[in-house]
Amino acid sequence: MQISKRRFMMGVPLALGAVAGSVLLAGTAMAKAKERVIKIEARKFRYAPNLIELKKGEAVVLEFTAVDFTHGFSVPEMKVRADLLQGQVVRVKLQPDTAGQFAFLCDNFCGSGHEEMAGTIIVKG
Amino acid sequence: MIDRRNFLKLGAVGGGAVFMSGLFGGVHAAAEQEDFYFVQLSDSHWGYSGPANPDAQNTLRKAVATVNALDVKPDFIVFTGDLTHTTDDPAERRRRMAEFKTIVAGLDVQTIHFLAGEHDASLDKGAAFIENFGPTHYSFDHKGVHFIALDNVSDPGARIGDEQLAWLKADLAKQASDARIVVLTHRPLFDLAPKWDWATRDGEQAVALLMPYSNVTVFYGHIHQEHHQMTGHIAHHAAKSLIFPLPAPGSQATRTPLPYDAATPNKGLGFREVDAEVKEAAYQLTEFPVTKG
Repeated sequence: MQISKRRFMMGVPLALGAVAGSVLLAGTAMAKAKERVIKIEARKFRYAPNLIELKKGEAVVLEFTAVDFTHGFSVPEMKVRADLLQGQVVRVKLQPDTAGQFAFLCDNFCGSGHEEMAGTIIVKG
Repeated sequence: MIDRRNFLKLGAVGGGAVFMSGLFGGVHAAAEQEDFYFVQLSDSHWGYSGPANPDAQNTLRKAVATVNALDVKPDFIVFTGDLTHTTDDPAERRRRMAEFKTIVAGLDVQTIHFLAGEHDASLDKGAAFIENFGPTHYSFDHKGVHFIALDNVSDPGARIGDEQLAWLKADLAKQASDARIVVLTHRPLFDLAPKWDWATRDGEQAVALLMPYSNVTVFYGHIHQEHHQMTGHIAHHAAKSLIFPLPAPGSQATRTPLPYDAATPNKGLGFREVDAEVKEAAYQLTEFPVTKG
């Protein structure tokens, strides 16, 4: 899938390897923007949900809770990644401006099913 | 018998002559500049059980036998990671490593340099690997070639890390700019297929440290297939695995193993020779299946 990086989305992890302060800051930003919030649980070895549908141009916040490991969340084609600190809420802001399907994966090796821990973001035009 | 004409030429022609020019203040005597070859084995995933290789209990043993049957013995063997298949049980991890060691003890050549893969080391930051195989990063010299083993797996986030990068910088500082340098590692140091986790998060920093050196070649594993790519003047060569082949980088949605074919059980598996020549070429490769015929 070829994507023009210049045209592609704005993706801003609001808490990268975060401490509580970053999470609070993320919460403040989210309140101002009023983005749609999508809650995602990360656990060995799946995201729930692992299929995320967005609209082109829609600003959303992915709100992760990693329950058993500091999983990763990486969308390489969007140049977005975050460490999902175990036991903390980590928010990742997305605003895609290109339609398509984009794979995401856990990029912190988390165990025997790590290689299957992945999902897809579908951006509809 | 090795057909050297068919070998892939990788290094700078004449690098050996340059290497002997005295830039090392006589430390490397001419007698140390000899042709040699080593064998690269990778990704045996000992302990794997599944449909991608119903013969998993035998593949590593077959490879050991094939290496032992080589007409000319290699100077040494490198094993570029994922010696064992991951397990969430630390005791089972150690048991698999012990079994792996027992099998490779059958190699005739017992000068073996081991590297860790993420399956060996990422869940315990390399603890079990270090207990069984020693340090996860190190360097050594052999007949005029400087070998550097880099660890990009003990960090579960696939980082080499600042401390090891500083060590790499200091290690390289002892080398001449035209030294013959071989880097051994598990993951690709460049972004081969990040959506499949085929990358090293700070690999770009390692490559930047290597770039001032004119004669650098990288051998790695992880992707379970032969693959060759340049970053600038640095050649990167991935090796086949000894367990199951994976699809071409980024060629499909997921990195699921290629289906097992009972008619060709060792298809896509194998190891390689790396021929280091002083005069004609720095390195030459020959890819081997697990078994002959």
